[in-house]
Amino acid sequence: MNLFFAITFWFATAVITLGLAFKVRQYWKTEAPLLIPTTPAPTTQRGVVLRMIREVTLFESLFKANKWIWLFGWMFHFSLLLVLARHVRYFQEQPWFWVTLIQPFGKYAAYTMILGLAGLLLRRIVVDRIRYISSPSDFLMLIMLLVIGFSGLIMQLFDRPDIVGIQNYFVNLTSFNVVDLPINTALVVHLLLVAFLLIIFPFSKLLHAPGIFFSPTRNQADNAREKRYQAR
Amino acid sequence: MASLEFEIPELFKNIQTPAINPGVMEGSGPFVAKPDHQEPLGFPGELVENWERKAVDAMGEAVDNSRALRVFLDSCVKCGACTDKCHYYLGSSDPKNMPVARQDLFRSVYRKYHTPAGKFLSKLGLEWLIGGQEMNKSVLDDWYNYYHQCSECRRCSVYCPYGIDTAEITMAARDIMAKIGVGQKYSNEIIGKVYKIGNNLGLPEPALRNTLEGLEEDIEDETGVVVRLPLDEKGADILLVTPSADFFAEPHVDGLIGYAKVFHEAGVSWTISSKASEAANFGLFIGNNENMRKIALRIREAAIDLGVKRIIFGECGHAWRVAYSYLNTLAGPFDFLDPAYPVPQHICEFTHDLIQGGKLNLDPSENDWMTLTFHDSCNVARASRMGDIPGGQFSIPRDIIKSVCNNFVDMAPETIHEATFCCGGGGGLLTDDLIEVRVKGAMPRMTALRNVIEEDGVTHMAAICAICKSQFSKVLPVYGMGMDMIVSVHQLVSSALILTGQDTESVPESD
Repeated sequence: MNLFFAITFWFATAVITLGLAFKVRQYWKTEAPLLIPTTPAPTTQRGVVLRMIREVTLFESLFKANKWIWLFGWMFHFSLLLVLARHVRYFQEQPWFWVTLIQPFGKYAAYTMILGLAGLLLRRIVVDRIRYISSPSDFLMLIMLLVIGFSGLIMQLFDRPDIVGIQNYFVNLTSFNVVDLPINTALVVHLLLVAFLLIIFPFSKLLHAPGIFFSPTRNQADNAREKRYQAR
Repeated sequence: MASLEFEIPELFKNIQTPAINPGVMEGSGPFVAKPDHQEPLGFPGELVENWERKAVDAMGEAVDNSRALRVFLDSCVKCGACTDKCHYYLGSSDPKNMPVARQDLFRSVYRKYHTPAGKFLSKLGLEWLIGGQEMNKSVLDDWYNYYHQCSECRRCSVYCPYGIDTAEITMAARDIMAKIGVGQKYSNEIIGKVYKIGNNLGLPEPALRNTLEGLEEDIEDETGVVVRLPLDEKGADILLVTPSADFFAEPHVDGLIGYAKVFHEAGVSWTISSKASEAANFGLFIGNNENMRKIALRIREAAIDLGVKRIIFGECGHAWRVAYSYLNTLAGPFDFLDPAYPVPQHICEFTHDLIQGGKLNLDPSENDWMTLTFHDSCNVARASRMGDIPGGQFSIPRDIIKSVCNNFVDMAPETIHEATFCCGGGGGLLTDDLIEVRVKGAMPRMTALRNVIEEDGVTHMAAICAICKSQFSKVLPVYGMGMDMIVSVHQLVSSALILTGQDTESVPESD
């Protein structure tokens, strides 16, 4: 098991890193032949940066579109951010100050994350329009994230594994050493699904994460008359 | 209009989001282009051999050459935010008219053939897991049908958390179809006329000259003032490029008379070009950049031939998008024009500046018999700008209307500005063979309009787009409203403008 998880996580890390690097490079290199910002759009680069910050922190467009999807989606994403931040400690012998500081918040974020995911799943099942556009993978993605969340919660509440041992294992993985991983069932499920998620990231709709930064309707300035636009 | 063989949507107090009704808009789409319509544009005359493979390859090429396509195809998470935003879905309830479902007709093929996950899962026969689909005849039929039920209006792109613009995907799909021999007759035939004669309507130079002279006489009869509508006059300061519908369609032509009067009062010299006697650029609709560039270059050539200093566009929606956003890229640089003015300018910007400067003698009471509302045209609202600040495309036309009319009321906020609903006839759909989708797609706008008619006594709706004007003339009666409710913004200017030397006593009552 020790070696299996070591290889799995090394592989998964390589796949997501190289995969995302490839995709980002591909987005970067692909020409945007014409200016297509959705207007009204900022007329300056600075304005574009602000628009993008609003999009990725507040989900501005989604807020305009649908308050329920916005609520569940925003709740899920920012809970996930906190949860991920909390997990940074598994890769540090001496966690940074802020990582220690957010531990309790990250703990509760698990609940809001699950709530957000459940809301999204419920809408996918109940709203006929969204059910119609959903592929099996869209359901599986949500279910997978829910299982990851629940298995984490189970470890937190009922089946506490040896946190220090896990921390030691992953710290060592980062310098390519394999030591003992103290496992239990919830942990195995948790880790397997997380590794799978990392692996499918660059091949799935999770590409929306880097994608939004390259979306021409959001990242182009509305300055066609002021400056002649030419793709490269 | 009693002969329409489909159900006309009922107008409720609010715009209702219908439950999905799969297949209600299934059909064979608009008339397919004949070889005569295809070949002048550089497309094969009929469906090519081995078209499945060629379509898939053309898709790969399209994605390689468009960051928008690549990012949009990869990024959609199927959140559903766009599902109730398309006027064609709201009016028809066919789920394939939901923006994401429309995109998925394309994305499913992209996923199978052009993504690592799709290629891998296809080998296992599991591409359905991620919504992958084979390119086959039934997919092509769906493409042709449903990509001609999209007016490329970009309303969905306002609400998408990633800014995914279905218009880009519709354009790519139409371009691929044309390249394998399945083009749309309406758009391609019109582009052929532009190449051959110079405008969408196929109005040759002598006829155009005749028409303009007729309009000069009309203005003189009405006002007693000689107002010119010059054609091909070398050395004029301004080249006016306007949709050819302005030359004779109603209410378009009243707008053209308005531009002429405004130019006259401004004391500028201007001209129309017979070579570029058309602002419209259907190259945008068919998603083909080469044709769009070729059409745009006529304007550059006309400007050089006539030696003008400025280019001004008349009231036209998609033409303004192509002019404002693309002209500089496609046909620039315009360093031979006067750098003191933006290239190009919108006629509303020109008129607005004059009004702001107090240069026009306006009597808004001439329009007192009307109560106006304003329809934001999609390409102006969501794909361009007027003036110096974002949103000028909303305030400038409204400012003009308020300067020339005393009674103005906006429609509901969720139906104007960036949230405006398409008229239902944009994006190459303004053809009788698509009347069903045009009527159904007009439902949201008709609902908003009827509300201000009933609550605020609105009598007329002004627009700044030739397609909107034609479409509304056709669909307003279907919904029990008068076809002459739709007016040009510069028609209102024309009514209120008192020309220098005009004998105000002899002005006949407006109809």
